Amino acid sequence: MAIKLPIYMDHHATTPVDPRVVETMLPYFDEKFGNAASRNHAFGWAAEEAVENARGQIALLINATPKEIIFTSGATESNNLAIKGVAWMYREKGNHIITQVTEHKAVLDTCKHLEKEGCEVTYLPVEKDGRISLDDLRRAITPKTILISIMYANNEIGVIQPIEEIGKIAKEKGVFFHSDGVQAIGKIPVDVQRDNIDLLSLTAHKLYGPKGVGALYVRRRNPRVQLAALIDGGGHERGMRSGTLNVPGIVGFGKACELCRLEMPEESERLRGLRDRLKDNLFSELDELYINGSVVHRLPHNLNCSFAFVEGESLLMGINDVAVSSGSACTSATLEPSYVLKALGVGEDLAHTSIRFGLGRFNTAEEVDYVTNRVVETVRRLRDLSPLYEMAKEGVDLSKMNWKVS
Amino acid sequence: MAYSDKVIDHYNHPRNVGSLPKNDPSVGTGLVGAPECGDVMKLQMKINPESQVIEEAKFKTFGCGSAIASSSLATEWVKGKTVEEALSIKNTDIVRELSLPPVKIHCSVLAEDAIKAAIGDWKKKQGIESPATERAAIHN
Repeated sequence: MAIKLPIYMDHHATTPVDPRVVETMLPYFDEKFGNAASRNHAFGWAAEEAVENARGQIALLINATPKEIIFTSGATESNNLAIKGVAWMYREKGNHIITQVTEHKAVLDTCKHLEKEGCEVTYLPVEKDGRISLDDLRRAITPKTILISIMYANNEIGVIQPIEEIGKIAKEKGVFFHSDGVQAIGKIPVDVQRDNIDLLSLTAHKLYGPKGVGALYVRRRNPRVQLAALIDGGGHERGMRSGTLNVPGIVGFGKACELCRLEMPEESERLRGLRDRLKDNLFSELDELYINGSVVHRLPHNLNCSFAFVEGESLLMGINDVAVSSGSACTSATLEPSYVLKALGVGEDLAHTSIRFGLGRFNTAEEVDYVTNRVVETVRRLRDLSPLYEMAKEGVDLSKMNWKVS
Repeated sequence: MAYSDKVIDHYNHPRNVGSLPKNDPSVGTGLVGAPECGDVMKLQMKINPESQVIEEAKFKTFGCGSAIASSSLATEWVKGKTVEEALSIKNTDIVRELSLPPVKIHCSVLAEDAIKAAIGDWKKKQGIESPATERAAIHN
């Protein structure tokens, strides 16, 4: 089969909407366009029924009950609602929040915002493999702690945190546990009961659903979590999130979750196979290649590695028919290399050379092989061009050089 | 972010890639930047001690496409010029030629630094003292 270019391998950023999801959504744009809050006519009833069906499909994927699913505009809003909602609701109880350094900015910036309001936030460090230490977590909990917010899996390095153990600690200490689950849900089994998660952020567009729709799981029993709302209005979503529901988006989100639930066992194994094929092929062809983060505790579709002596943006420029992303400063808005890699203790020199591959549902083995070849050929070409590779091969210790920074 | 055609051309067909013998007294080597900053340029020139004409120039660069293009262009421009002429190349000339966006101006600065550093190294080998003003210009 001929390969269609460009090839998309950046599924941690977003995913295409599955055609089966698109098909399910279509009637809800024109035929069944009703407002789910319209209680007195058939248009409203049809929309409400579709929303409740989707709520059930989403709940089933994470072993929750439908009433515990609150629809939002996406995971950034869900993270804001979970963290600010708890901080504001339980102000009397305490003002201490525990999170960790490799969280998504939607969590880190929300915590920073709360610090300005008088909250105290502990940012746990991560070990070299990208996971937090449970001892650090235990030590950080104080009588003032009201929330622990630790992501399920990281968006850059795909490293999975010890969620079940964190959940146990949180439950034991009577502290709410929020997890940003966007990268993990639909890819690996996430179970809010097994993991003792009280709040879980989800988004549709990372699991082959549409953009602009997300959800927050809010536990109703053992313990019941109450949230202060961010948005006031008509009292939709049990008063936690007012605003007319995005019915077509929600329908698509539900269908996408159903497909993930049914296909996950097979799909995750297939993607793991493709990812390992990519990794093994790259390692057999290239030297000075380093994987960032734990190899074992990692999402099956993620590979993040540093191609030493080749700057990330120049590598992306050379493989311009392949969509991947880099932790290089040159590709970020801040001109700083990835804060996630820095937190793992990856040197800035290697952070500049990192590439993130995110495989997805529609990638094939042929595409993986094509990408491998393009990467290998470009890395070789750029290493021939790299004074650092030349020096390293001559035996110069680059870390001992006295670099003059202009 | 889109690259200019000239940047893409230099990236795809870099001119004068390679190394010259760094212990040759007629070869000046400039190594500027730092791996932690994501840019390192090595620029070498073989300079005729009599005529002070740059007979050969080679580069190797670790950096983004604009850094590669800036150094590739620098080798093209210095070849055939006298040392004095080469020292008059300004980073703004490189910015203009390659249509570099503001976030990539540091790449052109690095290329100018590399030219000055290579000539400085050659002068040192030749026992020619660089005037103080010129040295100051290296660290802008």
